[in-house]
Amino acid sequence: MSAEAQTIAELSRALKARDATAEAVLDRCLQRVTERNGTLNAFITIFEHEARAQAREADREIAAGKHRGPLHGVPISIKDLFDVRGSATTAASRVRQDHLADADAPSIAALRRAGAVFVGKTNLHEFAFGTTNEDSAYGPARHPLDPNRSPGGSSGGSAASVADGMCYASMGTDTGGSIRIPSAACGLVGLKPTIGELSTDGVVPLSTTLDHIGPLCRSVEDASILYDVLRGGSARPSGKPIDLRALKFGIPRDYFLSVLDPQVASAFDSACARLRDAGATLDEVSIPHAGDVAAIYLHIVLTEAAAYHAKTLERRPEDYTPNVRIRLEMGRYVLGEDYARALRGRELIRREVDAALDGVDGLFLPALAIPAPKIGVPMVRVGPTEEPVRNVMLRCTQAFNVSGHPAITLPCGSTTEGLPLSAQIVGVYRDTAGLLQVARAVESVVAARAENYLGPGRSR
Amino acid sequence: MTVKSWLEMAIQDAERRGLPELKPLLEGLAKATSALRTAEWNADATGEFDRPRERDER
Repeated sequence: MSAEAQTIAELSRALKARDATAEAVLDRCLQRVTERNGTLNAFITIFEHEARAQAREADREIAAGKHRGPLHGVPISIKDLFDVRGSATTAASRVRQDHLADADAPSIAALRRAGAVFVGKTNLHEFAFGTTNEDSAYGPARHPLDPNRSPGGSSGGSAASVADGMCYASMGTDTGGSIRIPSAACGLVGLKPTIGELSTDGVVPLSTTLDHIGPLCRSVEDASILYDVLRGGSARPSGKPIDLRALKFGIPRDYFLSVLDPQVASAFDSACARLRDAGATLDEVSIPHAGDVAAIYLHIVLTEAAAYHAKTLERRPEDYTPNVRIRLEMGRYVLGEDYARALRGRELIRREVDAALDGVDGLFLPALAIPAPKIGVPMVRVGPTEEPVRNVMLRCTQAFNVSGHPAITLPCGSTTEGLPLSAQIVGVYRDTAGLLQVARAVESVVAARAENYLGPGRSR
Repeated sequence: MTVKSWLEMAIQDAERRGLPELKPLLEGLAKATSALRTAEWNADATGEFDRPRERDER
């Protein structure tokens, strides 16, 4: 493996030029899994035999001149919520311990066709119903920089696996922030495309009208590569770089910046200053009813999750972790009229986010209001107040599940303890490719990707 | 059904089902439901509020 290949783009060039082999790259990743998974608990299932076969086949095809594209031979992990043929999709729950997927989810099939190597299935908050990854039948996933902390969730194992060098990217899901929260906590790029762009077929649902899928990876270029493959090769952004001096961003200050850890606020202010210094224009915008988002989100996600789980809550309640079970039970009490109110509020939020994006290239805001929290601590101090960890972790992300707009996280700094801090860009509805182009320009100014990579030889 | 009546019935039912630990969660949900119901953008059968209004339309 090229010792310098930290991103998919870099690795792909090395594999195509045969400066590296997929087998050697996979060996390094599996070695890392052997060394670190006992501590981080990032993986539920390792596909060692199958992955080695995929890597051998990739090397054989590339040597024969059949290079399938930028994912060919690249090790990735998959949140254990996606069906991968021939394996269990556990959703990190005993409820699904006897499950066996007989086909790949369409998104996984697209990655398989592109020649990706599947390292394994990653740990998550049970049924994706949480932001910390603490409630899992397989135990909590842990943060690569501090095992006493959460990597975020629900795609916590995915983030830990990428940040720690066990693979180059991971497939995650995002219902209220479950790609972006762990990406932010672990210093990664996390992409939630526009709602409905990527099929959620073959993915265990949490909330059928809020669920998204997308990648967690180490650069915006890598997010673009994965997004393009997942869209069937139709979404490659133009190679023409965007001049930051031509870009305008809206900062939705009122709600989203009102409850922030001081170090998050400082890193975000610094990122804004760097963008301004590079010539971008930043102005405040308003999403007038952003303060209603949490109530809207709660009534939708609880109702839809309860509908999916009602039968197993009756028949096998003991097979859920206690916290997830009780939160699912809460959803069974939501009245239909309140669900309808939430759907109406959702339309309002969508229009208000559209209005905030009018005349700007994206909204710019923090991705996560706090650094990675300590495991087992339900409340966190944010400035002068104590806040529930779950509420504060969702605060910057859930609005864009409710509205459906595409959003991406970028690392933009770190705490005094070295924990990553991240910004988020929200793009125009149904223009995820445009968001990726804007994000690539912003990344060049605000992100410090190399500093956040924790893989072999770089552990801090 | 008012939020108060709903909360009383929900807590009673949860206790009947052996889930007393639901009580604080239901109390939190009741606060969110109250916020949802009192939001100014709710529809009204009088026709006065036929569509969600932007803040600058109020």
